[in-house]
This record gives sequence, structure tokens and C-alpha cells, in this order.
Amino acid sequence: MSAEDVLVWIVWVAAAFACLGSGIAVVSFSNPFYSALSLIGNLGSLAVLYLLLSAEFVAAAQVLIYAGSVMVMFLFVIAYLGGRADTPWAGGPSWQAFAAVLAAGALLAEIVLAIGLKAGGRLATQADVSSAFGNPSVIGRVFLQDDLLAFEVISIVLLVAAVGGVILGTKPQAGGGIDEPAWTSSGSEERM
Amino acid sequence: MSGPNLPAYLVIAGMLFAIGAFGVLIRRSPLIILLSLEIMLNGANLALIAFSRHTGTERGQIFALAVMAVAASEVVVGLGLIVAMARRRLVLDVDRLTTLRG
Repeated sequence: MSAEDVLVWIVWVAAAFACLGSGIAVVSFSNPFYSALSLIGNLGSLAVLYLLLSAEFVAAAQVLIYAGSVMVMFLFVIAYLGGRADTPWAGGPSWQAFAAVLAAGALLAEIVLAIGLKAGGRLATQADVSSAFGNPSVIGRVFLQDDLLAFEVISIVLLVAAVGGVILGTKPQAGGGIDEPAWTSSGSEERM
Repeated sequence: MSGPNLPAYLVIAGMLFAIGAFGVLIRRSPLIILLSLEIMLNGANLALIAFSRHTGTERGQIFALAVMAVAASEVVVGLGLIVAMARRRLVLDVDRLTTLRG
């Protein structure tokens, strides 16, 4: 085992533990602001794992799109709503918490067992790839030539989501189809 | 450059998915449920990229990029719904949001 292998293993273990730890932190913080900040750490450590899998373009896109724009949007909304806390751990473990642990554990066992039983022997041998694997030019060629339909479908999905976001965000029309309570047309809208 | 093999990545991906599912089940704030959904999607993404490296084809990475685009649109619509709920002065608690009419 060379020195480079040892370094890769150290980086992998650190990134994997950071990933799982920040994931647990997202779920267990009662303040949504801290949860969103831990999710940024989670996405960053996942980008490190993507780099170890020689998926450079996806790692860059992960940092730019997720940790950049999506999380900024989350933090804006949390700041707008005032970061109200919900306290799932108050008052000791309930039957709901017990059932949630049981369901999540069953899901994990199912995933591991299904993959292990179905493909256990074939997972050890890894394909050899060239150094060009996963770099932007290769991804661009695959995405815009072989998988062009997927690219176009994604663009339509994003367009529909943008239109839906605008419709959900606009002020309801006075006298429109839905009967609005009186406060929606007065002062409470000014903050938006 | 060698490192851990596919099973190690798959275990991490499965654990991330289970953590996210636990968060969706246990939390009551719709904001944190959306954050936990992001963890689940990222677990699936990690499995896709690990399989892509394992088989030596780029198709898995394309799939992961598609999942990221879908996650971004899901966040837009989900946050729009949460803001609309907050503007109607509804309680942001999924246990108490039981009627369809706002």
C-alpha cells in the first residue's frame, strides 16, 4: 500500500464521517437555521467523495448548485419565517420516534441486504478508467449527444418549476376565484 | 489512484438515505422535512456516481445531474408552498396541517 493510497483512505474516512455526522446534525438540530448550515457541510463532504470517485464535474456542480444557490434560498426562507423551532426530542422518546427509528433501520437493512444478496460477488472488481473520466468535456459530449432527450426534459422540468414558483409566490388577486381572508389584501403582504 | 471499493460507498449512501428517511418521519417542521429530503436525494446521487465509477461509464453521472435538477425544482416548489402557508398564517407543523382547504 503506497503513501498515496493511505492519503486517499484518510480523506475518504474523514469525508464519510463528516457526511454522516452532518446528516445526523441536520435531523437532530431543533433550530432550522443550524440544520441548513449542517446540510451545507453535508453537501461539501459529499463533493469530496465525488472527487474521490473521479466525478469532477458533478462535484463542481454540487458545490455551485446545491451549496451555493439552493442553500441560499433555504436560508432566505428560514430567515423570512423567523426560524421557528420544533422540538422533536422534548418530553422523552415517544412511540413516533420509536417507529421512525424502526422504519429507517428497516429501510437501511433492506437496501444493504438487497444489494448484498443480488450483487455481492461482483462489486469488488472495479473498472479501469482513463484520466479523462468524468471531466467536463466528456460529460458535455455524453449529455448533449447521447442523452440529449434527458437534457431537454430537464430543461422543461426546470421551466415548469420556475413558473410554479412564480404562481405560488404572487399575491392573490382581489376578487379572484379563491375566497381570501381579509388580511391577505392588507398590511401583511408588504413584507414580501 | 485507488481507494475504497464500491461496497464502502454503497454503505455510506444507504446510511444517508436512512438518515434522511428518519428525518422525514420524525420532524414536524416542513422546512426540516425538505432538508431531510435533500439528504435522501444525495444518498441516491452518491450511489449513482459510485456505480458510474464502478462500471466505467459516464451515464450514472448524467443521471446524478438530472437528480440534482429535479431536487432544485422540488426545493423551489416546496419553499413556495411553505411561504404560501406562512402567508396564510397557518401553523408550520405537518401534524396539524390536516385539511386540504387553507
